[in-house]
Amino acid sequence: MAHAIATNESATVNVGQRVELDQTKTVLLVGVGGQGTILAGNVLAMTASAAGLDVKVSEIHGMSQRGGSVSTIIRMGEKVDTMVCDPGCADVVVAFEAIEALRAQQFLKDGGKLFVNDETIIPVPVNIGTARMPENVGGKLDAVGAVKIDAGRIAREAGSPRSTNVVLVGALSTALPFTVEEWEDAIRRRVPPKTIEANLVAFARGREAAGA
Amino acid sequence: MQKQLLSGNEAIAQGAWEAGVAVGAGYPGTPSTETLENLVRKDNVYCEWAPNEKVALEVGIGAMMGGVRSLVTMKHVGVNVAADPFMSVANTGVNAGLVILAADDPSCYSSQNEQDSRHYAAFARIPCLDPSDSQEAYEFTRRAFDISEEFDAPVMLHETMRIAHTKTMAEVEGVRTEVAPRDYTTQIPKYVMMPAMAVGRTAATNEREDRLLAFADETDLNRIEMRDPSIGVVVAGALYNHVREALPEASVLKLGLTWPLPAGKLAEFAASVDKLYVVEEACTYFETRVRALGIPVATPPKGRLPRSGEIMPMHIRTAFGIAEPVHIAPAEGLPPRPPAFCVGCPHRLVYCELRRMKAIVTGDIGCYTLGAVAPYRAVDSVIDMGASLSMAHGMELAGTSERTKRPVVGVIGDSTFAHSGITSLLGTVYNGGVGTLCILDNRTTAMTGTQGNPVNGVKLAEQMAGKSPLDEPSGKPLDLVKLCEAIGVDEVIQVDSQNLKDIRAALKTAIGHKDLLSVIIFKSPCRLIDRSRKPMPVIRDCRRCGTCIQIGCPALGKDETGFAVIDPNQCIGCGQCVQSCPFGCIQKEG
Repeated sequence: MAHAIATNESATVNVGQRVELDQTKTVLLVGVGGQGTILAGNVLAMTASAAGLDVKVSEIHGMSQRGGSVSTIIRMGEKVDTMVCDPGCADVVVAFEAIEALRAQQFLKDGGKLFVNDETIIPVPVNIGTARMPENVGGKLDAVGAVKIDAGRIAREAGSPRSTNVVLVGALSTALPFTVEEWEDAIRRRVPPKTIEANLVAFARGREAAGA
Repeated sequence: MQKQLLSGNEAIAQGAWEAGVAVGAGYPGTPSTETLENLVRKDNVYCEWAPNEKVALEVGIGAMMGGVRSLVTMKHVGVNVAADPFMSVANTGVNAGLVILAADDPSCYSSQNEQDSRHYAAFARIPCLDPSDSQEAYEFTRRAFDISEEFDAPVMLHETMRIAHTKTMAEVEGVRTEVAPRDYTTQIPKYVMMPAMAVGRTAATNEREDRLLAFADETDLNRIEMRDPSIGVVVAGALYNHVREALPEASVLKLGLTWPLPAGKLAEFAASVDKLYVVEEACTYFETRVRALGIPVATPPKGRLPRSGEIMPMHIRTAFGIAEPVHIAPAEGLPPRPPAFCVGCPHRLVYCELRRMKAIVTGDIGCYTLGAVAPYRAVDSVIDMGASLSMAHGMELAGTSERTKRPVVGVIGDSTFAHSGITSLLGTVYNGGVGTLCILDNRTTAMTGTQGNPVNGVKLAEQMAGKSPLDEPSGKPLDLVKLCEAIGVDEVIQVDSQNLKDIRAALKTAIGHKDLLSVIIFKSPCRLIDRSRKPMPVIRDCRRCGTCIQIGCPALGKDETGFAVIDPNQCIGCGQCVQSCPFGCIQKEG
């Protein structure tokens, strides 16, 4: 019998050595289950690995996906050791929701960058009266230097409300040393074929919103 | 060679496939689930979900005994379920290679305990391999099959959540080596574990242990990395990466084979460092064994590492007196965001009614475990798969319902019922037990990602091909009503779990029948497999009583004045809030 080949094509990478990082970079994506953090993490990981970097991506599956807080850690560099992120170790935090941004603020490295989707999803404990929303969320975000991105509105205006996560990938892209083409290549490989154009627009709008 | 970004589970599937594995069996369980889901998509290998881990392992044992390489996958608590065949196959040894994946979950991201499954490998005296990343997961899986056949032993492949669900770069050959099936001959002394033969196999296991001890000292699975000799760390698995991060100058004995431990290499390493430490999480697996070899284990200068939960690099830094990086203080006063029943979840109204009735609920393992948290707080126990039904019987024997004037109700999901609930129910029927038991049949194994199971009849390969349990079944979905009747349950009621009136009536009927054993099957599909939406209901003249809010729907909230409001982005029009409003203020549109 002939040897069969089985590979996960979307995960196969072209090994190059175009991007060099003098230090391992850590990106933390946080949000609420169902917001698309995993896809965003995949796009970043594919971008970094296609640029020839060592990459580790740690995800949380299982029970916490049921509307709970979720996080994905992406670390990249010449040689990455740990796959987790301790307080004070994230070069970039991208929060898909405002409360989750505050919950993750301690992970930011001194001088790190925090992008936050300017949207609040009320946790169930608040609705049922066992917990309260904090006051002045916007002010608290300002105090930690968060860059607010109105990703939901931007995605809707770009005609693809489900691309909120890719708008945030666009914002994230401004803080990392990969070219627009490298990001776009990863998006093309990762999102459903019919949504490629809409996602590329969302990505571009996200970059603009982050000041690129 | 192909360089890929693979999760540990994907890498294990790739390694097993390349090693010529012909049969894969398992039961879904975080963090092991994706292994078989990846393997089944490859050519020339057959994979199936078993009803439980014991059955899966027995299928694997049959396949390896019949001559082909087999992989059996389970989460750590699944090893408990499979422990009976596990302990015996450790003594019979193998024909073709048998590898058992045990996936642990330190910090209990999705589990009921933090057990370290390697204790089972030590208990059964079978080799245990412990990869540190996906490259090793791939390589160790391939080697595990060879080791299994070389040493005539099943091999435990041990991983934790951080290995299973971390994607790292892995170079894989991408080529499968077909392994010809081994000849089958009847070998009664090897495979028939009746007393005389079993004792004979203990001798074989003893002899095997001696060979494995020698192997442990020779194999490159264990390696000494000498750097600064003042600190020596013994470590395995994901924690190896954390030690490299936190203590880059430390010397390390990295163990890839974690049973048996390499006595000679440990002594050599201990002699070449000033102090020897172990880094491990939620257990003292290494510490007790290294000490038992007469090798002192030092306590880190600033105190012990945590003994529960995942160990992070920061814990290691702290224990060794290395300053934390500067960071912003954690925000205070944030509302927690625990997992919750999805919008439209068919479990919600059942728990609302059990709460209203003040039932004592013996619960079980699955999404519906969330009935234990606010706003329901309607689950009194969660112990293990199937315990809901047998424990309800035990509480009946204790007379709890009479003393508390509260009904005792066992609540179990469909997949969990197939896993271990059927035998529990059989025990209650057999012994003339009575009471009320509920099967929440949402047509899927929801918690682990909507897998097929014997109740919905969707086989693993069909599941991965995108078949929904709501499609016309091609397999043999289990008829729960007929099964319960055939077992001898006195009263079987089937109810739509999206209909609050029917839920209430069924529970009232069953609990009223104090001399009968009643099973209520609450049937309605999980919202992860039925994504249909209906128009959002309209709230008029809300009286601010808050009753609807207490059904715990993520789409329902209150505005500043206390009026109930529906989040149009989340609402799917399921109508649960419509049924819960005591004043009829929430109405379906149109």
